[in-house]
Amino acid sequence: MNKLFAAAVFATVAFGAAANAASLSGAGATFPAPVYAKWAEEYKAKTGNALNYQAIGSGGGIKQITANTVDFGASDMPLKPDVLAQDGLQQFPTVIGGVVPVMNLPGIKPGDVKITGPILADIYRGIRKFWDDPVIASYNKGVKLPHLPITVVHRSDGSGTTFLFTSYLSMNAAHWASGPGANVSVNWPVGIGGKGNDGVAAFVKQTPGAIGYVEYAYAKQNHMTYALMRNKSGRWVAPTAEAFAAAAAGAKWGAAPGYYLLLLDQPGANAWPISGATFILMHSKQANAQTGHDVLAFFDWSYKNGNPAAETLDYVPLPEGVKSLIRKSWLKITGPDGQPVYK
Amino acid sequence: MSTAEISAADPAPRRLASARGSGLEPVFHAACFMAATTLLAALGGVLVALAIGGWPAIAKFGVGFLTNVTWDPVQDVYGAAGPIVGTLITSALALLFALPVAGGVAFFLVELCPPALRRPIGTAVELLAGIPSIVYGMWGLFVFAPMFAKWVEIPAMAAAPADSIWSTLVQGIPNGSGILAASIILAIMILPFMAATLRELLHTVPAQVRESAYGLGATTGEVVMKVTLPYVRRGAIGAVMLGLGRALGETMAVTFIIGNSHDFPKGLFDAGSTIASTIANEFNEASGMQQSALIALGLVLFLITFIVLALARLLLRNQARL
Repeated sequence: MNKLFAAAVFATVAFGAAANAASLSGAGATFPAPVYAKWAEEYKAKTGNALNYQAIGSGGGIKQITANTVDFGASDMPLKPDVLAQDGLQQFPTVIGGVVPVMNLPGIKPGDVKITGPILADIYRGIRKFWDDPVIASYNKGVKLPHLPITVVHRSDGSGTTFLFTSYLSMNAAHWASGPGANVSVNWPVGIGGKGNDGVAAFVKQTPGAIGYVEYAYAKQNHMTYALMRNKSGRWVAPTAEAFAAAAAGAKWGAAPGYYLLLLDQPGANAWPISGATFILMHSKQANAQTGHDVLAFFDWSYKNGNPAAETLDYVPLPEGVKSLIRKSWLKITGPDGQPVYK
Repeated sequence: MSTAEISAADPAPRRLASARGSGLEPVFHAACFMAATTLLAALGGVLVALAIGGWPAIAKFGVGFLTNVTWDPVQDVYGAAGPIVGTLITSALALLFALPVAGGVAFFLVELCPPALRRPIGTAVELLAGIPSIVYGMWGLFVFAPMFAKWVEIPAMAAAPADSIWSTLVQGIPNGSGILAASIILAIMILPFMAATLRELLHTVPAQVRESAYGLGATTGEVVMKVTLPYVRRGAIGAVMLGLGRALGETMAVTFIIGNSHDFPKGLFDAGSTIASTIANEFNEASGMQQSALIALGLVLFLITFIVLALARLLLRNQARL
């Protein structure tokens, strides 16, 4: 059935390509779709080259690039280096986002409440049941925490946001790592599931005492009540563009083969602890050198000129040092003649 | 098209028409046969595709797939009891809520409604049936849920005496989501469809039958209960079963409001899930065994719908014997 499906997709893509030879195709994660669309629009206005991106979800993006039905795939979850090698893929990050815990507590303003990773894991495991729990209160002296039951809200749909969030919980609590674990969807011990960021946000807003997690851009645009998180250097940080950039800057990209890196608990005084990049996947061996060249030319152009567009959409651009590192790694993407497709 | 025009325009007996249009008649036959068999082939194809796609999960979990509650994509352990029970409860409750109202709407339109109102209300019912389910879902989440929490859930939970059946029934989180809220949204969704079908059925009752009853001095209520209702009983069962079929498979509206927990719901206000909502939530990012389990879920829903339709047929057959 998968093969049939792949064949159908392939036929569609092939016909599409025949109709417009200059058009590039990509598919995958929904999280970066708005910024890819914006970049593609600006790129087309400048160069005349079109790029068509389908936001079908990270899992779909990985499937389609593996089946070779698109020119590039996109995923919020980086593939592990051995999987990349096995499928003959290269991977590089484009923009940074992150996950923000949000809540609904009467009289509590954004940034009033402080939460640590282990406490967050305890809450999502159902161990801490009330907001005035002594352990939560010990980090929040001077804050009037109400005696309200904590209602846990999570994403019900499979999502890169959930993957990042549950990976963070697994890093911070052994009971989470050995229990529910980390994935795009997990077996949640407690709580209710909302569909998408807006589903989670709606349940949080309607339930006094609720806690949920949403993408940074969503939390910012909707002015949600976020919590301060304690990062690796022991400082309390708010979810801001600077805090996400700090997480990306502090990360050791050079030491991560295939850029397999979750920006969780990264060093850096101001780093937000639940950050993550979103990734592009391409075949190391390009069957058509020109196509490979065109895709990389697009991302090169976007790295150079795309920061303002990304920032207006509340994505965080990669630090310049990381970008030049990525440009060097593009030399590993070669055409049929073994030469790099883009120099 | 041309065949239809010829036979419609031609008042001559059928024998004559077929002799005249003999060139087109076989084509017409073949076209109708193709249309019918294509549908059958599509149905069979879906069933086979679901069985093949779901086979790895069915082979691995066996009957446990139907009876186990754990749904764990990390450990790749899948038991669908939660979504199956959620589907059955929400559909049954939706039918329970929708049927009396749909019947009332239909009887009102046919028996009691002033003629000036008959058309506007009838059109409104039909328009309601055409609203996409995602709109019901968004309305349910953003408008209905807060009101439901404030006016129903919180008072009900406060009023329920401790350790009674009531307090068990109203367990859950009072934020407007959950099994009961989803059932009510479902009821609203299947209501217009059922009301429109019932109205059409009531129109089929011959005027002389009703008027004879009125002539014998029956009240409106008596005419409805003793004359029209028995007359349309068989068709009504069909309409109800089609409504139930829609409730069983409804996806988006339920996904928004049911709370999406794979466990057994503990009470009416507790979060649950249905087969369709689980597939909608997880299929996009699923692969391997999880994908297979979701396809197997689709097969289970297919079988449940099939059983419902078969039961409807059985009821109709028994009715026919009476």
